[in-house]
Amino acid sequence: MNVQLLAQFIVIFAAFFLLVNMSAVLVLAERKVMGFMQQRYGPYLVGPHGMLQPFADILKLLMKEELRPKGADKWLFTLAPVLAVTTAFAAFATVPFGGQTTLFGLLDQPLKLGAADVNVGVLVIFAITSMGVYGIVLAGWSSNSKYALFGGLRASAQMISYELSYATALAAIIMLAGSMSVREMVDTQAGYWFGVIPKWYVFIQPVGFIIYFIAGVAETNRAPFDFPEAEQELVAGFNTEYSSVRFALFPQAEYINMVTVAAVATDLFLGGWHGLLPFRTPLDGLIEYWNVGWLVFFAKIGGILFFYIWMRWTVPRYRYDQLMKFGWKWLLPASVLNLLATAAAVLYFNA
Amino acid sequence: MLESLLFYVMSGLAVGASALVIGQRNPMYSVMLLIVAFAALAGLYIGLDAPFVAMAQMIIYAGAIMVLFLFVVMLLNAAQEDAAEWDRTHPLRRPGFARIGVVLALLFVVELGWALAKVAALASPVAGRADGAVVGSVREMGRVLFSQYSFAFEATSILILVAMVGAVVLARREGDA
Repeated sequence: MNVQLLAQFIVIFAAFFLLVNMSAVLVLAERKVMGFMQQRYGPYLVGPHGMLQPFADILKLLMKEELRPKGADKWLFTLAPVLAVTTAFAAFATVPFGGQTTLFGLLDQPLKLGAADVNVGVLVIFAITSMGVYGIVLAGWSSNSKYALFGGLRASAQMISYELSYATALAAIIMLAGSMSVREMVDTQAGYWFGVIPKWYVFIQPVGFIIYFIAGVAETNRAPFDFPEAEQELVAGFNTEYSSVRFALFPQAEYINMVTVAAVATDLFLGGWHGLLPFRTPLDGLIEYWNVGWLVFFAKIGGILFFYIWMRWTVPRYRYDQLMKFGWKWLLPASVLNLLATAAAVLYFNA
Repeated sequence: MLESLLFYVMSGLAVGASALVIGQRNPMYSVMLLIVAFAALAGLYIGLDAPFVAMAQMIIYAGAIMVLFLFVVMLLNAAQEDAAEWDRTHPLRRPGFARIGVVLALLFVVELGWALAKVAALASPVAGRADGAVVGSVREMGRVLFSQYSFAFEATSILILVAMVGAVVLARREGDA
């Protein structure tokens, strides 16, 4: 068998394996960080410092009975969680997570770290994440329950509203990079200004980054924008009627989507695998020498995910109408203005 | 080989899903099948070497517009509306719009046949530019849209704007400010 192809398969499998486990790690991280912020230990009993808690949770969920409400739609009720988790995995397909490597000289040609590299990569990510809403909406509708239906309705309205700002923030970056391939967009951020500050797009597009991040939080239905679930008002929102493994797939999809949003933010705004900190350190030379940019990439993802969790446990929730007002009256105009300003600047400096 | 396989699978999926869309009693299933049909069309575009159009199809039609459809279906909660009464009447004796629908369908079939006859006469069914180059990349497409086809492009956007304003006017209830 072709060695190059085999190596590519290994990379794809590694990405998949990483995503599967990422949801377990994030569940634990979320509970530990929450405990830390509320001045308690969090899960502590299963394994050393409660490290094995996610496995206990998964085992518990696997052994539960799978319930389906009598009035639920049989097909769509089964399809919804599958759809949610499939789209979450698929969206990571065109996200590159490292530069080129020959695996310590094992391969003849350098291998690109990332499942696939297509020339409209950003659009692929965007297209697949926009499919993800169907899982939630269908779950809400097919459960035949008022709370679930409200959760599904809110999910669809929220997704439509925030997808626009999300895409417009990305469009500004596409204009700056002059490419839609995520790998090429990352590589335009290599190098330093004045030999100190890395050429990350977050420094050129600070507004775009903030818009992207807010819209990303809303897209993944995380607090303070967790309206499809809304434990305080809707019991558990769209997944009220779900139990056992079918239920487990929804949080898993949510955590994988979080990883994808963080990975895209790292790739497009924070320079991907170029430069660890927002200024040049001796460590950067070492990283380039050893060619371990993917470690830098995952460190940045970790940072963003920590910020995600931090935000959930510190920022109070919005009200639903405030969310809609904020999305349409503030975020969208801001992102359109940002896009226009970027277009004008690109025309002025490049023409 | 692979290309023709993709074509047959995707077009089969598109035709099958579209046929099922109109055969469903439950509007929710219709919407889901329409999404499948749109996704299959996106697959066909990839086969035609137009990845940008394929992704635009996914984002705009399968993503945004169908979420709106779903939203409306859920809000109206129109599952199995008047199904019993509908079943009792013969298709040809149904009132008003249903009969116009038959005429429209006939018209579309005639149009389709006419269009297919035209395409068969062309040397290459893929629309190319005057100099023969196929427009595939985003850069090329943007240039062509804003130069060669700028009138059609602007006319379409005004048409959509008019439709949008019309929808808002129609949807607003009497007496609302």
